[in-house]
Amino acid sequence: MAESPARTRRKFRYGMVIDTRRCVGCKACVVACKAENKTPPGVAYTVVVEHALPTGPNDKPLFMTKPCFHCERPPCVDVCPVSATFKREQDGIVVIDYDRCIGCRYCITACPYGARFFDFGENYPSVAEKTAYARVPSPEYRQFRKRAADTSPVGNVRKCTLCVHLQDAGGRYDQAAGRWPACAKTCTGRAIFFGDFNDPESEVARLLSERHGVRLKEELGTEPNVHYLL
Amino acid sequence: MDPRSLKRLFWISGLVFFALGLIGWRDRFLYGHVSANYGSVVTWGLWVAAYIYFIGLSAGSFLISSLVYVFNMKRFERIGRLAVFTAVVTLLLALISIWADLGHMFRAWHVIAYANFKSPMAWMIWLYSAYVILLVTELWFLLRADLVAGGRAPGPKGMVYRLLALGSRDQSEAARARDRWIVRALATIGVPVAIMFHGGVGALFGVVAARPAWHSGMFPIIFLVSALASGGALLTVIAAIFQDGWQRNRDTVIALGRMVLGLLLLDVLFQVSEMLVAFYGGIPGHTESLRLAIGGPFWWVFWWWQLVLGTLVPIVLLVLPTGRDPRWVSLAGLLIAAGFLGVRLNIVIPGLAAEEIRGLSEAIASARMTTYYVPSATEWLVIVGVVGLGLLLFGFGELLLPKEEEAGHVRV
Ligand code: SF4
Ligand code: SF4
Repeated sequence: MAESPARTRRKFRYGMVIDTRRCVGCKACVVACKAENKTPPGVAYTVVVEHALPTGPNDKPLFMTKPCFHCERPPCVDVCPVSATFKREQDGIVVIDYDRCIGCRYCITACPYGARFFDFGENYPSVAEKTAYARVPSPEYRQFRKRAADTSPVGNVRKCTLCVHLQDAGGRYDQAAGRWPACAKTCTGRAIFFGDFNDPESEVARLLSERHGVRLKEELGTEPNVHYLL
Repeated sequence: MDPRSLKRLFWISGLVFFALGLIGWRDRFLYGHVSANYGSVVTWGLWVAAYIYFIGLSAGSFLISSLVYVFNMKRFERIGRLAVFTAVVTLLLALISIWADLGHMFRAWHVIAYANFKSPMAWMIWLYSAYVILLVTELWFLLRADLVAGGRAPGPKGMVYRLLALGSRDQSEAARARDRWIVRALATIGVPVAIMFHGGVGALFGVVAARPAWHSGMFPIIFLVSALASGGALLTVIAAIFQDGWQRNRDTVIALGRMVLGLLLLDVLFQVSEMLVAFYGGIPGHTESLRLAIGGPFWWVFWWWQLVLGTLVPIVLLVLPTGRDPRWVSLAGLLIAAGFLGVRLNIVIPGLAAEEIRGLSEAIASARMTTYYVPSATEWLVIVGVVGLGLLLFGFGELLLPKEEEAGHVRV
């Protein structure tokens, strides 16, 4: 990373608890994420998946907002031939070094959760037509890249970073100051909780101790850091 | 058709394919991946399928050449050099296909500089690099004496030979004996390398637990068997066209046909076993991709291309008395070789086209987030161009490289 925050020895374990009962399926998180990370068409760091539960006509559908799970044992990291995808030691966030990634997309095949997207180089019309919006660089990883053909991140794989660019130099987020992952900050139903699982006082740790959480595809041994409350 | 007009047909198609390919490559270089139809669900497409296809042909023909140079099998002696040459050319085609597929083509060197020991793809690349060096060296020592001899001829052809001989002049029997020894040594080292790296290509898919259709211990083995079958099939065609064609290579073509038949049946056995186990288990994630392959929008790739044209018709041709006519045998070879592209497509695409999380492809409206994939015109043209390049290289190889020596002389 060009400008990764200073490494701290303390290991945060950042992750999310998502309460599916509070999610109303408004997709505000999807939009907030787009606005924060300026992702191009076809790239979405979080999506809301909708299941019509087949139990009866009066049942609500199940909405599930789904960012990257920042797995404890991420298969995407293992398969990357050039170690462009890696799990940060200090906080467990899985990131991509855009300047190293060769765009082979092996990691996309290996992620069991569909959390990765290839950047084909497509732009929204406002960017393609070089309006003022096109000049706003994306703050991702604090690298402030402008999109242009043949330069990263075009031709790279991209994914949710837990808005890592909002951390301070010590690797901390600050909810009160607004330095908080965009999806969690914006969620209208307050369904997305973000925090450090290593801190027993954190909201996410408390929620997990009070209610029963599930993780997806436990059988694959990936140990996702996003838990769902049903 | 006599070999002469076959050869003309060969040159013309090579040139036409190559020219068509230029259109595709222009688009690839100017617009990157924008005109490719794969996305973030079906993220590998025709280019990856073509890559594993060519790689299989290369590993297969190399392993068959080792029957001559390691195991001293006389029956295939006449095609020994041709097989090594085929292995070099198809390997080159494979590397070009996968190069086109990279998001950042000019970072290909990263895979050597920053290799990750845990990634099967990285292992595959190291083994390749070893294999490339080994193949080219082996081919050079196979041809060295003839290159030296040819270098004495006047004119441009002699010059090409002198250039290719790299300054070597020794034509003594001792030098030839040394060459033979080196070829044998290289071919022997090459056998485990070729097995490992093509098994490694199978492992590249096999380790991906996120895609149940690939996640099988059978994959490395199936990849090997299908490499041998497809490589052998291609060699029967090549042996029937080159070096005076089927008239002189009659026995070799027929012997190859028999071997390919056996390998193809073994391959079918493995594939059937995969399917039976999957359907018996009936785990939806596992069967979804297989269902897609046999009953999805591209059912005809499986039923017609892979099964009827690539498997049943050639088996019939090889089993009936036509199996003793080199022309029918090489037609069967052509069908098998072409059929395996269908096999490769059916591994890559349906394996990816099953959503990892239900509802994913509907979550955002984007052509890149769909389970439906048909290669775009650009994708096809790029591969047509690669095939054209392959045909031209064969043509030049046949024109420039020394002719097959009389059997007996090549013995190692
Ligand atoms: S969810 Fe996918 S992309 Fe994210 S860490 Fe896990 S395997 Fe990697
Ligand atoms: S696409 Fe990039 S991050 Fe993903 S496996 Fe390939 S090199 Fe690694």
